[in-house]
Amino acid sequence: MLIFEKSRPGRGISALPKCDVEQYTLPEDDMREADLHLPEMAEVDLSRHYTELAKKSHGVNDGFYPLGSCTMKYNPRINEKTASFEGFTQVHPLQPAETVQGCMQVLRETEEALAEITGMSSFTMQPAAGAHGEFTGLLLIKAYHLANGDPQRTKIVVPDSAHGTNPASAVMAGMEVINVDSTPDGLVDVDKLREICRDNEEIAGLMLTNPNTAGLFDPNIREITDIIHECGGQCYYDGANLNAVMGWARPGDMGFDCVHLNLHKTFSTPHGGGGPGSGPVGCKEHLAEFMPGVKVVDENGILAFGKADSSLGEMKNFYGNFLVVVKALTYIKMLGRQGIPEASKNAVLNANYMMNKLSEKYDIAFKPEVCMHEFVMDIGRQAKETGVTAMDIAKGLLDNNIHPPTMYFPLTVHEALMAEPCETESKETLDEAIGVFLALNDLAYSDPEALHAAPVKTPVTRLDEVGAARHPVLRYEF
Amino acid sequence: MELKKDALYAKSHEWVVIDGDNATIGISDFAQSELGDLVFVNLPEVGDEVVAGEIFADVESVKAVSDIFSPVSGTVAEINEELQDAPEMINENANEAWFIKVEGVKEKADGLLSPEEYEVFCEEEA
Repeated sequence: MLIFEKSRPGRGISALPKCDVEQYTLPEDDMREADLHLPEMAEVDLSRHYTELAKKSHGVNDGFYPLGSCTMKYNPRINEKTASFEGFTQVHPLQPAETVQGCMQVLRETEEALAEITGMSSFTMQPAAGAHGEFTGLLLIKAYHLANGDPQRTKIVVPDSAHGTNPASAVMAGMEVINVDSTPDGLVDVDKLREICRDNEEIAGLMLTNPNTAGLFDPNIREITDIIHECGGQCYYDGANLNAVMGWARPGDMGFDCVHLNLHKTFSTPHGGGGPGSGPVGCKEHLAEFMPGVKVVDENGILAFGKADSSLGEMKNFYGNFLVVVKALTYIKMLGRQGIPEASKNAVLNANYMMNKLSEKYDIAFKPEVCMHEFVMDIGRQAKETGVTAMDIAKGLLDNNIHPPTMYFPLTVHEALMAEPCETESKETLDEAIGVFLALNDLAYSDPEALHAAPVKTPVTRLDEVGAARHPVLRYEF
Repeated sequence: MELKKDALYAKSHEWVVIDGDNATIGISDFAQSELGDLVFVNLPEVGDEVVAGEIFADVESVKAVSDIFSPVSGTVAEINEELQDAPEMINENANEAWFIKVEGVKEKADGLLSPEEYEVFCEEEA
């Protein structure tokens, strides 16, 4: 039942504080013509409503959540504790700098830590999520080419294994996408890349995830970034998969000029409904003059807000999602120099453990000897032999209290299930999940109909995804 | 797979029926079955120029969004508006569910296949 259906006129709660500033009446022209529809509920009913919704959903705190390329790691409680300090919550973005030195120190220290981890020289915390970060990075590259008198550089090279947001961000930034195919091993085809880039003065740059969406670290990465630089392009690192390499390999050392990170992936802040997200963008010295937003600078021992010389403007108001930054800094400080690489090491170890155990019954795409933090199962054989698809296996997992892996992605594998267990899962959890995966494979051969019918134990059973996509109902009709 | 006997096929899985200066373009039965249930079709406008080997439309299935490439160059004379309201028509009969009609066909994309060749190509792909 929706909250609007539970609403009764006149009910409500008094959680809002009394207004302690002068009231102001808007001009008639700016007033709404009709009353706003807001649900009216007593506090107890409201509390029960959301508890009920929480019970119906599945989060990292409910069970295993191996959603590849999303890095659904556990969000440590201490992050919430620091983010609830009054010094961080009871501030206003327009307060004088000298009264918010602690907050500014958080921004500065996070910038320094992220720069160290990625091999970049400066960071902006403004972008609100990964794709927003991609867009920001591309605008940096565009600004750089325009400043160099190269307005014809409008083409972005994107591998076919890229996250779907990459080409979308490129188009939004007014660029044109050139796809580069993968080799049969799932890596960038260096020869084809060389062909595309040779004497090509229209290349603005490259967008790449390394390790890529098949969980493979591209060993030719330096050659790839060199090819782009040689033809005058810039290299953009999509940080979606940084969890595999933090403390071990730095995008800056791989030859990338700018990056985005997802604090809600790699740095343990909540995703989605628990967010908001945060997608800081970092760059090397030669792009820093174009950075958006504010920059915290030291003026004789006092922190002050500055701006980059040729800043491309504002990507979001003020300082981005600041409390998310507080949580990420807490995570970085708690792990420290030793813990950061250890987290990545365990993420990779867990993925390899799962991949090896599952390869007994599942085909692993591209058959890597070792994977990074995630791996892709190819359900094509099961689909052919039993009619059970990646979608059916995913639905079967739901009945076992496991969130499915990412499905039908990367697009280079037709029946893909991309699993990323994360470093925070114990061997017991992994073993249990492996048992479920293997049992579902057996079920596909013994009773495929059972998997076509799954899930049967969830609050809602198999959804009509086609109907929902063809005839979406996106708002409640009053 | 149901082959369209009078068509030529592109390796990117579009079919084209060329009749003098005019051409009709759709996607193959193999393509619709690989894509799964289609939920959205984005077509060009009448009067738009299409270029052989370049994108002229896209389709969205529950799995992914895919670009559709034109097997010929020419001008869009007609679009199949019915598909926009009922993309399931493509799943039901991809050989009849044409996307666009092109007039003033100037050139064909390189490497178009006969139905028989296309069938072999798909078997190798699968």
